[in-house]
Amino acid sequence: MSLLFFGYFAGMIVATSVLVVALRNPVYSALCLLIMFFHVAGLFVTLHAEFLAAVQIIVYAGAILVLYLFVVMLLNVKQDDRYHSQWRIAGFVCIPLLIEALMLLSGGAGRGPTDGRGFPMQAQEAIPTNNTLAIGEKLYSTYLFPFEVASLVLLVAMIGAIVLAKRDIGGDET
Amino acid sequence: MTEFGLRLAISLTQIAAVMCIVVFTVLVLTLAERKVLGWMQDRMGPMEVGPYGILQPLADAIKLFFKEDIIPAGANKFLFTMAPILCLIPTFIGFAVIPWGPNWTFEVNGVTVRPFVISDINIGILYILAFASLAAYGIILGGWASNSKYSLLGGLRSAAQIISYELNVGLSIVGVLILSGSLSLVTITDNQAGGFWHWYLFALPAPQIFAFVVYVISVVAETNRVPFDLPEAESELVAGFFTEYSGLRFAYFFLAEYANMVLVSCVASALFLGGWNAPYPGTIAELVGVPYLAWAENTMWFAVKTYSFLFLFFWLRATLPRLRYDQLMRFGWKVLLPIALGNIVVTSIAVFIYQQMK
Repeated sequence: MSLLFFGYFAGMIVATSVLVVALRNPVYSALCLLIMFFHVAGLFVTLHAEFLAAVQIIVYAGAILVLYLFVVMLLNVKQDDRYHSQWRIAGFVCIPLLIEALMLLSGGAGRGPTDGRGFPMQAQEAIPTNNTLAIGEKLYSTYLFPFEVASLVLLVAMIGAIVLAKRDIGGDET
Repeated sequence: MTEFGLRLAISLTQIAAVMCIVVFTVLVLTLAERKVLGWMQDRMGPMEVGPYGILQPLADAIKLFFKEDIIPAGANKFLFTMAPILCLIPTFIGFAVIPWGPNWTFEVNGVTVRPFVISDINIGILYILAFASLAAYGIILGGWASNSKYSLLGGLRSAAQIISYELNVGLSIVGVLILSGSLSLVTITDNQAGGFWHWYLFALPAPQIFAFVVYVISVVAETNRVPFDLPEAESELVAGFFTEYSGLRFAYFFLAEYANMVLVSCVASALFLGGWNAPYPGTIAELVGVPYLAWAENTMWFAVKTYSFLFLFFWLRATLPRLRYDQLMRFGWKVLLPIALGNIVVTSIAVFIYQQMK
């Protein structure tokens, strides 16, 4: 049963991800991305990580993608054709990814599933029911330093965005 | 497999019951809104259909059902038809985790049944927030797909407004989550049992009065109601994002807006006002000696709280003029957001000191 769900979610993620880059209409691409985010959240649910699933939808589907749509609708769709057919960049990105995938499949296949995270059936006993609490405790004890560094980086990004976007006060009047 | 079938049947029954209650509430609300507005403006409200106009919602429903469904030329047909459904579904999904009555369980053939909540998942409130944020898609896509400048402007306004105010909704409930230590609406409501001084609106060590005010203002903005109805401002944008919609599709948008109001009212009463708990300890039914009727009393209190909150929506509509767009943004980001953040800091410090003292 869980393998069936995994297969469905993984298949839909792959299919919609391909559609995001393959479709001509950017609004449809954004909608495919929305469907993909939902299936990623579904994958989290099959792993009993409901908190991550909810956060995935709130952050990506609820906020970031709405902003994408906002921008896409304000742009003139017809002028974006030159951004298609970027074969050279696609090649640069795809060849390393392909090599990585081959490496993983050939070398790492024996090790991967043994840590028990691959299938929810095995992991069911190990994960506590209140996984929000578990994530919080991990985040503020084991991973406190990376967490603080990440929040600092986000703060820098926020200040940077404000500096870039803000006009000088009184500057445009003189 | 029979256990699975039984579980499925029970869940489907509960879902059907909740859907019926919500749709019925929406019907009542459409009439109540016009009546309340009428009384506040010193007129009668609808009086023609039925005694005192009480059959008006049915007449409206029949009218909308038989209206012609028009898809404007140049509209994106697929998205134009999808948008109202995309608006409606997330709103109804949210009702799955609302506890309507006491946290009772009983067993039917080895299957545990909770009669007053469809599903008690441990991320309840996040689940509601996640799906509430999706309602923006219906509005934006509806505005875009209509191929009309009024609709597009309404959709874009709504996108900016919903993102800004959703943040405030999320931050204003964090105080409650700190106090209760749970994300499940059932647990949060259970923690508020025993008199109105235990409701998180008034509870020590950190009364959430400011958070409640921020929540109320933000959900009014999120449901696109007056005074934050900029996405559908009829004096500027005809009808905003649903200018081009007619018939049943318009009814979907309408239903979604009102169901969303009911949902945020339910969440407000569950988080801040003690949910189904009575404002006095225990229930009268237990005192009188009929504890098996306590659920009726509790559900009634939930309804009273929810309807009072809904009345507040009508009251605001009758009282306040619409905000200007820059005022809306400035108010959300520069007034509500600092209050919500300050509330989180104060609440967490108070809870920490309280736990140290114990």
